[in-house]
Amino acid sequence: MKQINDFSRITKDELLCSGHLACPGCGGSLAMKLVLKALGKKTMVVLPACCWSVIAGPFPYSSLKVPLFHTAFETAASVASGVRSSLNAQGKDDINVLAWAGDGGTFDIGLQALSGAAERNEDIIYICYDNEAYMNTGIQRSSATPWGAWTTTTPISHPKDRPKKDIMDIMAAHKIPYCANASVAFPEDLIRKVKKAASIKGMKFIHIIAPCTAGWKEPSNITIKVAREAVAARVFPLFEIEHGTDYIINEMPAKIPIDKYLSMQARFRHLKPIYIKYIQKLIDYEWGLLGVKAKNEMDNVYRKIFDPKHHVDKKHVKLERDFEHNG
Amino acid sequence: MKKVMMGNHAVSYGAALCRVQVIAAYPITPQTQIVEKLSEMCGSGFLKSNFIKVESEHSALAAVMGASAAGARAFTATSAQGLALMHEIIHWVAGARLPIVMVNVNRAMAPPWSVWTDQNDSLSQRDTGWMQIYCESNQEVIDTVILAYKIAEKVQMPCMVILDAFVLSHTSEIVDIPKQRNVDLYLPPYKPKMKLDINNPKAFGALVTPEYYMEFRYKMQKAMDKAIDVAASAHADFAKTFGRRYDVIEEYMTKDAETVIVTSGTITSTARVVIDELREKGEKIGLLKMRFFRPFPKEAVIKALTGKKKVIVLDRNISFGHHGIFFQEIKSVMYGKKDAPEISGVILGLGGRDVTPDVIKDAISEGKRNRTEDIVWIGVKK
Repeated sequence: MKQINDFSRITKDELLCSGHLACPGCGGSLAMKLVLKALGKKTMVVLPACCWSVIAGPFPYSSLKVPLFHTAFETAASVASGVRSSLNAQGKDDINVLAWAGDGGTFDIGLQALSGAAERNEDIIYICYDNEAYMNTGIQRSSATPWGAWTTTTPISHPKDRPKKDIMDIMAAHKIPYCANASVAFPEDLIRKVKKAASIKGMKFIHIIAPCTAGWKEPSNITIKVAREAVAARVFPLFEIEHGTDYIINEMPAKIPIDKYLSMQARFRHLKPIYIKYIQKLIDYEWGLLGVKAKNEMDNVYRKIFDPKHHVDKKHVKLERDFEHNG
Repeated sequence: MKKVMMGNHAVSYGAALCRVQVIAAYPITPQTQIVEKLSEMCGSGFLKSNFIKVESEHSALAAVMGASAAGARAFTATSAQGLALMHEIIHWVAGARLPIVMVNVNRAMAPPWSVWTDQNDSLSQRDTGWMQIYCESNQEVIDTVILAYKIAEKVQMPCMVILDAFVLSHTSEIVDIPKQRNVDLYLPPYKPKMKLDINNPKAFGALVTPEYYMEFRYKMQKAMDKAIDVAASAHADFAKTFGRRYDVIEEYMTKDAETVIVTSGTITSTARVVIDELREKGEKIGLLKMRFFRPFPKEAVIKALTGKKKVIVLDRNISFGHHGIFFQEIKSVMYGKKDAPEISGVILGLGGRDVTPDVIKDAISEGKRNRTEDIVWIGVKK
């Protein structure tokens, strides 16, 4: 997809107020700002423990102009399911329910609840802003921390020795209607994806790369640049997955060498060339795999069953009606 | 309409009569029939409620918490390990001041595995800010679910309704099902003062500095204090509407009694038989049933026990390293009171060990012999 540099189509209305408590250059706060621009006022936010528990502001303040429920670390998806169910019971089907969690709350402690909500195909938008470690508690490794990275619990004497968990394939395996990778460096693409998610019934999962200046050890004025290079280096390709099977790559990356991306962040400074080569290999492999998935033009049975656009067969319509019984 | 039903189905009918809008639950023995019946009711359209079939008890309570925060009347049910798994959210619900009603079927905690009744699961949640009501019969179960919503929604605190595994949960009794029309009059639709609302956006549960935290806790305590008065009027209204009278405690033949035994749950029914028998032999003995555990019905207990010679508390639970939990609580409210009785406690019936009339008689004679400091285990193989 070609980037259209037309920012005039993005609303100027802000649902994130100034005076919030994010660090300068925080990717996570920028992500929220853009997402709320896409979703608008008819949105409720469920917020588990993460940087955003602080960014949103202490009692009696709130930096968001939408209702916000602070909740326990592992409950974003389950509480959001309850909010959705409650709104449906009151006939308020048109309100977006947004579960907004960090990578720790998504990849680690909240994964069970997230998997449950995905399997039930809850009509919620689950967004993970991924800064690749437990940043709020002071930069401890999570399962989203990339191979080789320094954190306070993976010091340079033994940095992270496992690759980042593949959350997108985990979510795709649930055969949910929509998954997408998005980046704060590609705001139009991000907004388009969030709007698309809001238009789809069922479970939506969006994974946003959100650079953390404190945790990635980078200057606060290069957040966007780092996020852009993550896409260019194919560390974080921009793609969508429909029904868990249809992979669509949105942005053809420039394929810059990985050291260009790594060298911007001091969390990788300890890596010797041989390790950088290894990371390059991992990325080449994953990119190749993504290419194969994107080319796969199989007959998408999931789409045929669950996507109303494809209800050519009356049997399928009936099937859905039968199964929709309890909303 | 009278119907023969097990305790678990009494729970399901109770929740349905309250027109709960959202249910989320996870199966665990001995709670399963509650959710099975509710699933059938939702499936057939008898109950218009959204049932979220979650992947754990933790998510069950989290989901009903979200539902309640967004303004729906919400319900869940669990037991033992499930309740323990919920613990974090049990605190959260109370702190968020959400009037959720949860039924807990008392089951002993593992290990070793047990599916049979005792009270350690629910009593372990004592300090979370939930009201706790212990039931003796299936009729009391169905009625208490309705009462629980009435009280909870008034004071904005959650309420746990508790029944014994198998002895009630799987035992059929005749239950007079309240008329829906009457329940609707008694319990109007849930209209919270505050909820997640796009027209009035607020943040719930945000970080508070030490400057404010204590005030949140003080308000919870005030709400619990208020709940005792609210319970009194809710019980009175209930009696007027449905013809059955309940109270925070129940006294049986205590008026002229010199000895009073204190019970909760189904042990009470067996104990009544024993009291009758001992009364026939001329013994001046009575019974105090603890229905409410939180808020603790302090005034009522003091009134009932002051001036008695001996009080024997029967605990189907134990706080390891100390004593039975009801015993501790009774002692603490009687401390320093004029004409306070001598109080002793016995531990019995753990892990579903049968509490027969003979066991209760043993408990009474052992309890009479023992001083307050002693811990007496009835029927334990040493």
